[in-house]
Amino acid sequence: MFANYGYKDGSGEFFISVDTGRCAGCPDKGCVEACPEQVLEVITDDYDDQVIAVREEHRKKIKYSCAPCKPTGGTKEIPCVAACRLGGLRHSW
Amino acid sequence: MVVNQADKPKEYWRWTEYNWFDPSRDWRKAKIISGGVDVGSVSTQAVIMLDGELYAYSNMRTGSDSPDSAIKAMKWAMENTGMKMEDLTYTVGTGYGRVNVPFANKTVTEIACHARGANYMYGSTVRTVLDMGGQDCKAIRCDEKGKVVSFLMNDKCAAGTGRGMEVFANLLAVSIEEVGEMSLQVEKEPPPVSSTCVVFAKTEATGLLRAGWPKERVLAAYCSAMAHRVVSLLERNGVERDFAITGGIAKNIGVVSRIEKELNLKALKPRYDTQIAGALGAALFAKALVEKGKG
Amino acid sequence: MITAGVDVGNKYTKVVVMKDGQVLSKYMVLSGFDQQQAAEEAYTRALAEAGVAREEVRCVLATGAGKGAVTFANDTITEVGADAKGAVFLFPSGRTIIDVGAEEGRAIKCDEKGRIVDFAINEKCAAGAGSFTEAMARALEVPLEEMGPLALQSSKVIPMNAQCAVFAESEVVSLIHSRVTKEDISKAVHDAIASRIISMARRVGVEKDLVMTGGVGRNVGFVKALGEGLEMAVLVPGEPEYVSALGAALAAAERAAG
Ligand code: SF4
Ligand code: SF4
Repeated sequence: MFANYGYKDGSGEFFISVDTGRCAGCPDKGCVEACPEQVLEVITDDYDDQVIAVREEHRKKIKYSCAPCKPTGGTKEIPCVAACRLGGLRHSW
Repeated sequence: MVVNQADKPKEYWRWTEYNWFDPSRDWRKAKIISGGVDVGSVSTQAVIMLDGELYAYSNMRTGSDSPDSAIKAMKWAMENTGMKMEDLTYTVGTGYGRVNVPFANKTVTEIACHARGANYMYGSTVRTVLDMGGQDCKAIRCDEKGKVVSFLMNDKCAAGTGRGMEVFANLLAVSIEEVGEMSLQVEKEPPPVSSTCVVFAKTEATGLLRAGWPKERVLAAYCSAMAHRVVSLLERNGVERDFAITGGIAKNIGVVSRIEKELNLKALKPRYDTQIAGALGAALFAKALVEKGKG
Repeated sequence: MITAGVDVGNKYTKVVVMKDGQVLSKYMVLSGFDQQQAAEEAYTRALAEAGVAREEVRCVLATGAGKGAVTFANDTITEVGADAKGAVFLFPSGRTIIDVGAEEGRAIKCDEKGRIVDFAINEKCAAGAGSFTEAMARALEVPLEEMGPLALQSSKVIPMNAQCAVFAESEVVSLIHSRVTKEDISKAVHDAIASRIISMARRVGVEKDLVMTGGVGRNVGFVKALGEGLEMAVLVPGEPEYVSALGAALAAAERAAG
């Protein structure tokens, strides 16, 4: 399953996509630890898989929550994406 | 700004609450009586199924007290059936207020419930479900069993939700139940309102009214902007046949017809009330859980 | 040499007329739905006030969301460019400029000459701009000008969950129903918008000194929330809404001088 967390508003589209098929098979979920803003958490989804999700309180302000990882200067590697060895995590912006 | 208390605006966004049950069936003969309650931020629906067949439902406004709303909705669905709360074998709560269903045995996310509900309502060929609720918009792709393949939910922004439509209904002093029809009474489709943001779109619409646009033309411009926005969300999640629309806005022909046109894809004709998809899915989950022995 | 800057904002159109680095006159009108006419009117009035004839103006630069509507301008300048120029002229020590107008919020980092190093913009979402406070003022049934002073009377921290101006309106109404005071709600509103502007500003890296421009600069509640959030003094010019027009007039002088 592709779970898209985030939103689209007048200023743009801000989604973190989790490929739960890959994510369920990941034993360490390194992205959760790697995130400096505690945006991610491990949940048991509706189909009983252990996968990561964006915490409820960040879903409507993800553009702001993730702002520290995305300086306008660019180039910096995004910690959560870098920590994911299975390629299960993507950002839309 | 001076607000005249005696002159409070009429609430054009008010919609009618309702309930229904199938008098030809006897719930006392059912093996599994499963319940589903979907507590949304605007409305709450309760569904009762007898051995996996729809038996009764209700749709009400969510009050300020969610647990109370959940109980009220379920009791209202039971009206005239002679059924009592204790008669429910198993109940699943869903929706944004799902933790506030005191009599629920389990909670399931609204995404999973919607997919499952749509699979029942529209048949197993449904692959894409668009749910337009009061305060959110969901795009879901599912398989033939009603299991979610991908989803996207937008509940941050009022654009593309029932709430955004209400703002316009109020602005134009047209009832929310009529805006859709009215928006189709234009000879030529006007260009869509350019602002996505409801606040700015409202400013834009005020300008259009001042420039002499009739109400239906302004509504047409807003409905097509809304359709465009919803289509862009759908496309981000992927669109596959068959396609179904659920939720309150599914009843707004002005938005639905414009979505179909832009996608170049007809939505399946609803056979049930489009607002109960989530609660129906919850009741289906409830039945499955009983059968799996988890009940 | 006489030059002018015209800033056609979403809400107001502002004109500044300058002569040799001195401001001769300023004028502001509502932009309304005919921006061309608004620009024309503001310009004519500003010239009259300065006692300057049209022919005497060497160069006019337009900026703002409606800059394209200024038919009499010689050229245009970006909003960020005009902002930075105007802010550094007023506060030479200014390195970070936060401009919050009705429909847009911006954070700009610049060098000592007012040249832009970096910037970030929050646009087209009322939750990240001045319109947010306006909508909340309406929900609270309080005049907009009173929102800031009201907020200063509270020290409570009440988080607002809604990240959308439309949904936040309902949240404000339910706060009123649960008998939260207008002072506390007003502070919550300013904290909410300031936190959005702050996280945007952090993307460019906030450096001293911090200058706040744009109409929202007049809102003491917002300025306080901004300063507290960034733990930094906020410099606000006397007429923050004119900074972009001023910057455009300054840039016009530079261009005319070649
Ligand atoms: S971008 Fe940064 S803040 Fe956002 S989820 Fe990834 S690690 Fe966390
Ligand atoms: S764009 Fe407008 S409607 Fe959407 S979140 Fe922002 S304020 Fe709300």
